[in-house]
Amino acid sequence: MLENAWLVPLFPLISFVLLVAFGRQLKEGAAYVGIVSLLSSFIVALGILFERLGHDAENYIQNFNWLTIGDKTLTVGFEITPLNALMLFVVTLVSLMVHIYSKGYMHGDERFPVFYTYLSLFTFSMLSLVISPNLLQAFIFWELVGAASFLLIGFYYFKPSARSAAKKAFIVTRIGDLGLLIGISLLFWQVGTFEYAGVFEAVEQGLVEPGFITLTAILIFIGAIGKSGQFPLHTWLPDAMEGPTPVSALIHAATMVAAGVYLVARTFPLFEASETAMYVVATVGGFTAIFAASIGLVQNDIKRVLAYSTVSQLGYMMLALGSAGFIAGVFHLFTHAFFKALLFLTAGSVIHAVHTQNIKEMGGLGKEMKITRAVFLIGALAISGFPGLAGFFSKDLILMSVYESGHVTLFWMALIAAVMTAFYMFRLYFLVFSGKPRHNANVHESPKNMTIPMIILSLLAIFAGYIEFFGFGEWITNNGVIAEEVEGPKWIMYLSIIAAFGGIALAWLMYGRDNKVKTGEPRGLHKLLFNKYYIDELYSTVVVRPYTIFGYVLKFFDKYVIGGLVQLSVWFSKAIGKIGSRLQNGQVQAYGLITIIGLVLLLVSLTAGRLLG
Amino acid sequence: MVPLNAYLAVGAIMFSIGMFGVLNKKSGIIVLLSIELMLNAVNINLIAFSRFGFYGNITGQIFTIFTITVAAAETAVGLAILIAIFRNKGTISITDLNIMKR
Repeated sequence: MLENAWLVPLFPLISFVLLVAFGRQLKEGAAYVGIVSLLSSFIVALGILFERLGHDAENYIQNFNWLTIGDKTLTVGFEITPLNALMLFVVTLVSLMVHIYSKGYMHGDERFPVFYTYLSLFTFSMLSLVISPNLLQAFIFWELVGAASFLLIGFYYFKPSARSAAKKAFIVTRIGDLGLLIGISLLFWQVGTFEYAGVFEAVEQGLVEPGFITLTAILIFIGAIGKSGQFPLHTWLPDAMEGPTPVSALIHAATMVAAGVYLVARTFPLFEASETAMYVVATVGGFTAIFAASIGLVQNDIKRVLAYSTVSQLGYMMLALGSAGFIAGVFHLFTHAFFKALLFLTAGSVIHAVHTQNIKEMGGLGKEMKITRAVFLIGALAISGFPGLAGFFSKDLILMSVYESGHVTLFWMALIAAVMTAFYMFRLYFLVFSGKPRHNANVHESPKNMTIPMIILSLLAIFAGYIEFFGFGEWITNNGVIAEEVEGPKWIMYLSIIAAFGGIALAWLMYGRDNKVKTGEPRGLHKLLFNKYYIDELYSTVVVRPYTIFGYVLKFFDKYVIGGLVQLSVWFSKAIGKIGSRLQNGQVQAYGLITIIGLVLLLVSLTAGRLLG
Repeated sequence: MVPLNAYLAVGAIMFSIGMFGVLNKKSGIIVLLSIELMLNAVNINLIAFSRFGFYGNITGQIFTIFTITVAAAETAVGLAILIAIFRNKGTISITDLNIMKR
């Protein structure tokens, strides 16, 4: 099975090609093409996962020569490691769920087949990114997922906000990609290979200077910052919520944004070799976790709250990786994919019912939407770290890793972020599902093809955490090759339980008990949080405005200097043409005269040349 | 004995006069006559070289007879063209014949 891993991305690619060719004719039947291809991929991925699970299973890698430049050979191929196998499983599963869900959610949309085309393209790129055995190949698919994300955010391109969000996402992630590209190039220059294995070997043998390792690791991390929406490049992710909700669930919650975390995890030995790089990763992650969570506390758009929650949880993963908690980071990536996709799908179900995203205009939806309410509650409990659900185990492991690594400040920040997480999730829950309705829509439960994926994901949100007890840590680290397992004191677990309950209780006190919705302008700290710390405004003044002015200068230069030169050459040619046309007067005698003058001049100069030379 | 230079000078003068006529005269007939003048200037050169040249031989004189023949034919064709033009446009003034401008 492992040697057939290339089949996993192949099915979505076939689906993409088919939908590009026949999407228009298929109309809503396009969904079946997408679902069947994803189902095939999922089955293959499941087979790979089970085969790789065996105790004596080896990593599988297959390379083909692609280009030879001088004495360097570039390869393409695919590899299966525990991390890959896990990612393949997560991506195919979530993507499959989203494909099924979208059939209900996008029903009646004019560009229904286009949506599935883009989804297939995205899934193909993401799966290819995951199985890439070298940085160059990974970078190519890294860009391709970015392009697919751009297309899907701008899916409702007739809305100006969606257009600008798509552009913003593309440009902001591009800043990170540039760092990644430079990092990869520097590594290649120094090590002479793009392959992960070769790079790690060189690092291990000390062939690369420590300072250089730090530099490249941080550059690669900048790529991850862009893709995973970490501070300071987080601004695109909340805006990306302009895309259709299933897209938010798939790309901007479960898979693509996790690619940054995946990249750091995949190149973990490189980071591990540099203490500075690890510290940077941990600090950025920890800061993002608390920073984004605090913004999420006060937002009123249901998807934006979830988006900030995603940013915050990705920060958690980075924090874990930076604290040498490889297992914790990947574990949280795994569990988060399920419950965050679940939360987004339930949000989509709610939006589908009430046709608004403002939680102040919802309320009391629990009566009509019993399934949605139940699965949202499961997702919210899971992400809050309620004991026994998936998020609890992974968050607990993260806190332990951070504590063990000795970053005391970061540990307390993470704990406060955990309280905030529980608070904003239950603020959402109480404002959306309980109390009296504040809307006048005719609410009904979503169709079965939307609820079934949510139910499946909710089951995973409950049970995914228990893999910790079946040797997950040992397996994912290849029997301790990549990182050691961490053991922390028991009180951290109790503390994280208290944090979860504290947040939930606070949310109940403020929103659940009397279900009041505060109106009026936000003030003070609330205003600062509501406006997202004015980061967007800051960027707009400090970066966007000067660039716009610079752009106008260039435009002026182009119009008057470059354009002026063009005009000059036009004028010159015209003048020559005018003289030429005056010479052509149709008088044979004039032509003859000119010919003879030319001949005489020629003869004279030839003769003179003879005589003088 | 007349030297070669004298023949060549006469030839050059005749040629220049012919060329001046070709380039300057308005009437098509005069232009044809001037062309004859230029051809005959060349004939003088040919004959002079056949008599006084480094490898003087009969070829130059034979060539001259050819030239005279061709010139007669050429004049006939030229006159025919001029007549055709006159019939069409009512003039044989060279300056009025400027359709090459377009």
